[in-house]
Amino acid sequence: MARSSTSKDAQDLFHSLRSAYTATPTNLKIIDMYVCFAVFTALIQVAYMALVGSFPFNSFLSGVLSCIGTAVLAVCLRIQVNKENKEFKDLAPERAFADFVLCNLVLHLVIINFLG
Amino acid sequence: MVLRFSSSFALSSPHSPLTTDTRRLHLPSMMVGGLLRFLVSLLAVAICNAASISQPISESHRSAALDFALCTWRTLEILGIDKKSDLSSATCENVVKVLASPSSALRVNGILKCKSGEDVPKVNSWTLSVSKLQARAKDAKLLLDFYYSVRGLVLVKEQFSGTDLSLADAEAIFPSIKALSQSDGRWRYSSNNPESSTFGAGLAFETLAGVISLAPSGIDQSMIQTLKTGILKLFDRIQKYDDGTFYFDDSEGPISTTASVIRGLTSFSASESTGLNLPGDKIVGLAKFFLGVGIPGDAKDFFNQIDALACLEDNRQCYFLALFMQFLFVLFQFSVPLILSLPSTVISLTKKELLKVKVSTVLGSKAPALSVKVAEALNSKGSKFDADSATYFLDSFPKNLDVGKYTFVFEILLDESANEKAYVTEAQTKVPIAATGAISIENAETAVLDSDVGSVESQKKLDLTKDEAVSLSANHLQKLRLSFQLTTPLGLVFKPHQAFLKLKHESQDFLGLVEKLYYLSGKYEIQLTIGDDLPERPEKAPLPPLQPTDPYSRYGPKAEISHIFCVPEKLPAKKVSLVFLGLIVLPFIGFLIGLTRLGANIKSFPSSIGAATSALLFHGGIGAVLLLYLDLFTTLKALSLLGVFLLFVGHSTLSHLAAASNKLKSA
Repeated sequence: MARSSTSKDAQDLFHSLRSAYTATPTNLKIIDMYVCFAVFTALIQVAYMALVGSFPFNSFLSGVLSCIGTAVLAVCLRIQVNKENKEFKDLAPERAFADFVLCNLVLHLVIINFLG
Repeated sequence: MVLRFSSSFALSSPHSPLTTDTRRLHLPSMMVGGLLRFLVSLLAVAICNAASISQPISESHRSAALDFALCTWRTLEILGIDKKSDLSSATCENVVKVLASPSSALRVNGILKCKSGEDVPKVNSWTLSVSKLQARAKDAKLLLDFYYSVRGLVLVKEQFSGTDLSLADAEAIFPSIKALSQSDGRWRYSSNNPESSTFGAGLAFETLAGVISLAPSGIDQSMIQTLKTGILKLFDRIQKYDDGTFYFDDSEGPISTTASVIRGLTSFSASESTGLNLPGDKIVGLAKFFLGVGIPGDAKDFFNQIDALACLEDNRQCYFLALFMQFLFVLFQFSVPLILSLPSTVISLTKKELLKVKVSTVLGSKAPALSVKVAEALNSKGSKFDADSATYFLDSFPKNLDVGKYTFVFEILLDESANEKAYVTEAQTKVPIAATGAISIENAETAVLDSDVGSVESQKKLDLTKDEAVSLSANHLQKLRLSFQLTTPLGLVFKPHQAFLKLKHESQDFLGLVEKLYYLSGKYEIQLTIGDDLPERPEKAPLPPLQPTDPYSRYGPKAEISHIFCVPEKLPAKKVSLVFLGLIVLPFIGFLIGLTRLGANIKSFPSSIGAATSALLFHGGIGAVLLLYLDLFTTLKALSLLGVFLLFVGHSTLSHLAAASNKLKSA
């Protein structure tokens, strides 16, 4: 009984999340997708390293950290752009996007140099 | 012009007499003419020393050239080489021409070479020259003046035997010449000049001998006696080489000086009836000196050598004594040296040839009857003479002669006692002789020894003359020893000068394998070579194959280590990497697909030109930054420029977008 209830609860939860998610604005969904893409890339890199060994470790770190970094920056952008977030009400989304681009470029510079 | 008397010569041993046939020959005083030329020119040079202007070729050159030519011709005549008579007639004409010159008195000597028949028309000039010479002899003060004038008169007398020629003031001239002598045996050239020489002594003897012969009534014996003591004093100055040759040395050089003394002595001894007792060994030593000169490089030296030997050979050879030929058979006062020589100094024990010895005079003519004895402790009884080749053979082969080097001592014994005064020989002639024979090799054996202790581990006999194989085994700590014994025909042990042992591996030359010998086993060929100058057949016994076997394994070098400091990490296979590359691309594709599904669009891309360009530039700038893949500092440089550019562009784009969205919001 508990099991079925929990599973039903899980399903209910899942459905509610899904329905709530569809309500989010498109630009936020784009950002979410970008984050997922970055994380997946990082995961694939970790799997590859697990397979063949971490010989050029700096390269591995560089790759993984670029993915994670850009994911983090995207999350920051999502926070700032989200209209429901009261804290960043006064910040224009273009400004947030400009920050996002700048930070990505800096990250890119570091990553490229660390790649070896 | 300077005439050089060089004293270079080559010593050669042993002494061998010059082999020619002898003839009675006249000798012009070419040497004297040349000498006077030299002195006259020396005076001339001394006088015009300050000027030192070069002069063209003068009369003196021509005369000197004639001197040399006649000198050479005279040498050839003594040696019996050049017998052309037409040369003499041409020379006579030349010399007659030269006679016309002022110094004709000195050229008289040259002319005497010519046959008397040709010069009959010139008899008047002869008498003129003779009287000139006589006057000169009377007035002379210098030794050389005496020399030329007296000798000229002697030669004229010799050539024209009918002429009655004599030196009127011989009694006075003799002492004046004698006054130039010195107590040590040398003679001065003039009474003013203290310089004296042995060469001058030779000239003086010749001159005095000429005076004696030309003197109508003979010279006082006391004066001759003092001269004889002077000669013996001169012999105190004789010098000696270690091999028994004697010579006189002076400023003229040994050959010229010794030749001059010999000429003087032979002429004097022939002219003097009581004879001169010169030590025989010294005469032989002087003869050996000239024989030992070899072939001189200088024409003057050559002439001196041949002339002196001619004097020693036979007093008749000396030019100056031709006029005494009628006395020579009786008054043979100067002993003729005899020379002993060996055609070959090697005796072969296998051929058992008899030792040959040759005895002759210095120019190679026959010696009188004599016998040669070997004064060494060998069983030889005497010698037999073979008249055909003028050589002596030891009558029996010495019995106890073994292979080796010996010094044989020969003694010459003249058969007739009368000849003992006329001929002189060395007391004992020492000749090094080498005896060769066949050497046999026996008792050869190889042994393997322990290197440090030297004890023999294994030993095997082998016969070097046969083709047999021996096998040995040794390791690198042991030594291989090959021993053998050489014996002479008489059974004594023979020690050679050199012995070579050559080991030849079957594959390559042994010398290349020296380092690797201790593990290279296999077949070797041994070749033993004995080197010596005595054995007749050098023993070369090629030993065939010897097989050293090595019980230890071979050691070869390991592969070369190439030094790297860390082993490179193993890289994954290319295929795996490519697979993952594909996998990496997948999320990106998924992202793009998701974008389309969401309905992402670029509707708010600005359409106005200014904004569009700045938007494009903005995206282009970002792309450029992302594409930069240079090293850090270059990147920073580029990035700083791009960043500034991007800042402006981005600002304009985003502000335009913001204005657009604000408009939308407010609207």
